[in-house]
Amino acid sequence: MKNLSQAVASQLIALVSGTLFGLGMMISGMVDPDRVLGFLDITGAWDPSLMFVMGGALAVFMPIYLLVIKKRTAPVCSERFRLSNNHMIDKKLVGGAVLFGLGWGIAGICPGPAVTSISGLNPSMLVFIAAMLLGMVIANLAVNKYGKTKPEKVGVTARS
Amino acid sequence: MEFEIPWDALFGGVLLGLSASLLLLLNGRIAGISGIVSGLLKPENGEVLWRVLFVIGMVFSALLAPKLGFELPQSLPVSSFFWVGIAGLLVGIGTKIGNGCTSGHGICGMGRLSGRSIVATCVFMAVAVATVFVRLHLL
Repeated sequence: MKNLSQAVASQLIALVSGTLFGLGMMISGMVDPDRVLGFLDITGAWDPSLMFVMGGALAVFMPIYLLVIKKRTAPVCSERFRLSNNHMIDKKLVGGAVLFGLGWGIAGICPGPAVTSISGLNPSMLVFIAAMLLGMVIANLAVNKYGKTKPEKVGVTARS
Repeated sequence: MEFEIPWDALFGGVLLGLSASLLLLLNGRIAGISGIVSGLLKPENGEVLWRVLFVIGMVFSALLAPKLGFELPQSLPVSSFFWVGIAGLLVGIGTKIGNGCTSGHGICGMGRLSGRSIVATCVFMAVAVATVFVRLHLL
């Protein structure tokens, strides 16, 4: 049954992908806020490592996306691509980026490293994560209450 | 001035790129951690299990990595509960409103040449740099 094997495969992929992602976090040093802040501290003792993290990631992802993924009408193990249909550069985008940048700059922690670090049971990290989840809930309520609906993710082909 | 390529950083980045490629090519989904996590807070049909598995993978990797010689940091540079709390709130609100973070916009979005993601990444990078500058050099 193609659908069942697809369903199982896609869950396995999620697990494998998550593991690769976490390994990427650990090996790259992104889980070390000291290193992240060292990259962001461009006027101080600048540590350019993060540039290579993003560079390495894009060097792999961009060609695969542009040459392989974009040409497909559907993913390999799933019915459709879930890609954002929103192309507007609006206040929400910029405002959100400003707030995220502020938060990231304060502690040098962003969602990826935070989730990867859970098993360390560092109390400060756990507080960060709890606060992050709270922030997401608050933002969700605010967005729902104050109007502009979040753009729906629709099943568009990677081509659009 | 001697400069050595930080191979760990580069290789880690390659793994991130591989992870994102896999998730998008096979599952059709964006490896944006803020989106994956926030999707767990508002569970929808068919949207929960894969996210849980992805997160389990991430958490598990931190138990695997030490065998390869990569550990979690012992301490955090900013550890006061107040400040990490503020930071976490800002990150949570910002990534939700802005629809992404360093992985979602910075890797997947920019990798797709999305104008939105390029703008978002430039903005949060600039603000983060400015924030660090103020905190470390002005205050």
